[in-house]
Amino acid sequence: MFDSSTAYRLDPKVALRPEPFGALAYHYGSRRLTFLRSKLLADVVADLGDYESVDSALDQRVPAGQHRAYRQALASLATSEFICAV
Amino acid sequence: MPSDHPRLIDQLKGGLDAPICLTWELTYGCNLACVHCLSSSGRRDPNELSTAEAKAVIDELRDLQVFYVNIGGGEPTIRSDFYELIDYSVAQGVGVKFSTNGSTINPARAARLAGSDYVDVQISIDGADEATNDAVRGVGSFAMARRAMDHLATAGFGPFKISVVVTRQNVAQLDAFADLADGYGAQLRLTRLRPSGRGADVWHELHPTNEQQVDLYRWLLDRPDVLTGDSFFHLSALGESLPGLNLCGAGRVVCLIDPVGDVYACPFVLHSEFKAGQVRDPGGFTRVWRQSPLFLSLREPTSAGACASCGSYDACQGGCMAAKFFTGLPLDGPDPECVKGYGEAALAGVAAGSAPSPGIGHSSPVTFRRR
Repeated sequence: MFDSSTAYRLDPKVALRPEPFGALAYHYGSRRLTFLRSKLLADVVADLGDYESVDSALDQRVPAGQHRAYRQALASLATSEFICAV
Repeated sequence: MPSDHPRLIDQLKGGLDAPICLTWELTYGCNLACVHCLSSSGRRDPNELSTAEAKAVIDELRDLQVFYVNIGGGEPTIRSDFYELIDYSVAQGVGVKFSTNGSTINPARAARLAGSDYVDVQISIDGADEATNDAVRGVGSFAMARRAMDHLATAGFGPFKISVVVTRQNVAQLDAFADLADGYGAQLRLTRLRPSGRGADVWHELHPTNEQQVDLYRWLLDRPDVLTGDSFFHLSALGESLPGLNLCGAGRVVCLIDPVGDVYACPFVLHSEFKAGQVRDPGGFTRVWRQSPLFLSLREPTSAGACASCGSYDACQGGCMAAKFFTGLPLDGPDPECVKGYGEAALAGVAAGSAPSPGIGHSSPVTFRRR
């Protein structure tokens, strides 16, 4: 279960490729491709492992009004194992 | 999901810095002669990329961060440097999915493949039984494919893919294909028959009827785990969209490199009109992808043309460019298999012999026996 008060990081089997809309993310294990549909989301996902928790990453990087949407997006990335608990 | 942009599909239509999905046909040589071969394969071409040239292409794909490449042919495994090239690609971080008829997958090769991390194998069959399959792919080809599947399963390869082109003859076997895949712990992949290559000669007889297309659409909606290469997006005009990208990706998110290094907009348009460039030329593949006038024009906004007044255009996006081109239909009109019937009506107006010919390509010469 995704818990944003804990630390997550990009799964080591995932590669990110910057694109004008944000980034493409590819999971070499599951062979799944997903679209990170903003530059900021792509940046947050790339650096997620540098923060002590998801909430702390959001506090420092993302405008408050978007926290809910970002938590949902990150929860879905955790379900599909693009990000994993540290 | 948070988004800076309202519609991802419009971003993708405008093209990306590198393809998402790239098909690379390594050779025109093939030990089969499938009646619907989209690349009219048979004989090797003396001008096919050398090992060094192929590795230079892989270096470019690595630098472009292309995550994986779909290798096909012809029968790619008949190249003597096949395993050298896939090992090199994986070592560069470019994953490999390759399609094969299975003829060269013996126990030793199956074990070798089972040991590699980023290699996916697709075994092609076009019938769930020998009679249906061999009518399209040639005598003995079903047994050959099944042997390869057995070897992969025995070697513990894991979930390989079973790849099927849906035809009028095999569309009633969808459940049987799914059962076959389940039996092996494999993944089923279904793709659309295109009138490309030798497929142009058999398309009118083999493409599914409209009634069959409706059945196929319902079947796919019930099974989102079945892979399709997003090739049936024209069926989305029947209602709910199928999973995946509902657009023609040619020159926008996909393209094809053929065995001699020519770059085409997609695997189904091996025709001079859709040739964008050549990987041996200065700037290589990267320059072709980013600067070829053909690709730049395919990324321009397109008009719905004759489909503008149809309420389903947003769903089907006018269908498949290759299917229209090789059946002689205008590119800004309905797909020949338009589920609303507009394609059939348009086909009736195409004069016999006026559709562009894919040519004989590298088909093996027909030999007549002397009496």
